[in-house]
Amino acid sequence: MHIPDGFLDAPTSVAGGVLAVAGVAYCLRRASTELDDRLAPMAGLVAAFVFAVQMLNFPVAAGTSGHLLGGVLAAVLVGPAAGALCVAVVLMVQALFADGGLTALGLNITIMGLVTAFAGYAVYRALLAVLPRREASVPLAAGLAAGVSVPVAAAAFTAFYALGATSDVPVGTVLGAMVGVHVLIGIGEGVITGLTVGAVIASRPDLVHGAALVRRPLEVRTQAPAVPAGGA
Amino acid sequence: MATATTARRSGRTRAFVLAGLLVALLLAAVVSGFASGSPDGLERVAEDKGFAATAEDHALAGSPVADYAVEGVDDERVATGLSGVIGVTLTFAVGAGVFALVTRRRRAVPDEG
Repeated sequence: MHIPDGFLDAPTSVAGGVLAVAGVAYCLRRASTELDDRLAPMAGLVAAFVFAVQMLNFPVAAGTSGHLLGGVLAAVLVGPAAGALCVAVVLMVQALFADGGLTALGLNITIMGLVTAFAGYAVYRALLAVLPRREASVPLAAGLAAGVSVPVAAAAFTAFYALGATSDVPVGTVLGAMVGVHVLIGIGEGVITGLTVGAVIASRPDLVHGAALVRRPLEVRTQAPAVPAGGA
Repeated sequence: MATATTARRSGRTRAFVLAGLLVALLLAAVVSGFASGSPDGLERVAEDKGFAATAEDHALAGSPVADYAVEGVDDERVATGLSGVIGVTLTFAVGAGVFALVTRRRRAVPDEG
């Protein structure tokens, strides 16, 4: 879904850039609280893994392919803020490979990083609230949320398209086509995300940030009252 | 005792990260050669609906690794695999570096944790 230069006009690209800078700044602050400081290499691994799997385009229909976006995968593994940062790192490195426009980098970080990680993680949390409270629910919820995040990202692209397209194709036409094909790509996203999270849960459940939601978090927070007092 | 447990866990985490990196490198180096070359969802929509022509050439189209190839390597599958290895390595280095800085800054200001 990498937007090349030229699809969207300069003001819209600047708006995407501003959103991306603000979002990345927020994520940098928040990631330091989400991420255990021993886990920096884990976040690096998540980014590297997303880069690798984004290379693996799978066919979804005649003459059309899709690839993992990875926002929900990263968000479930290392938390939404760190996860969005992982995707942002991937997109910046991909610019060296001439994948995704330079002026569109902010738009791409906003849509494929921030929107998928945060909207997808919200869906993930909502699913965990209704699924049985055990670790086996984590890959299922992650996969379903990942699947949903792809058409959501397609809709987000269309919103920017509505703001500043350089062509005059009707917004409704673009929305229908984008969401339609990305529902199919979302199936692949969901399967890859579910399998990957399942593999990490099976070997190192403690390394899955989003799995903490199915443990009993209240019992391990005996020192919690002292921290907000000091932090405020 | 607590430090021994912590050391053992971080040792296991290092092993996990190394194993994961190996998987990522294999995917990027080998499996990437079998990926579909068809246009992706956005490219397909742009072509079908008629706004593909508004795309401009990439500013870094002259990069030695542009389009997941490697300058001077003719075999397409080898070039893709090689660019994948470069990309995965670079992404890990940048990612781990950024996150090391983020968490180090927190250690410097412990009250904000």
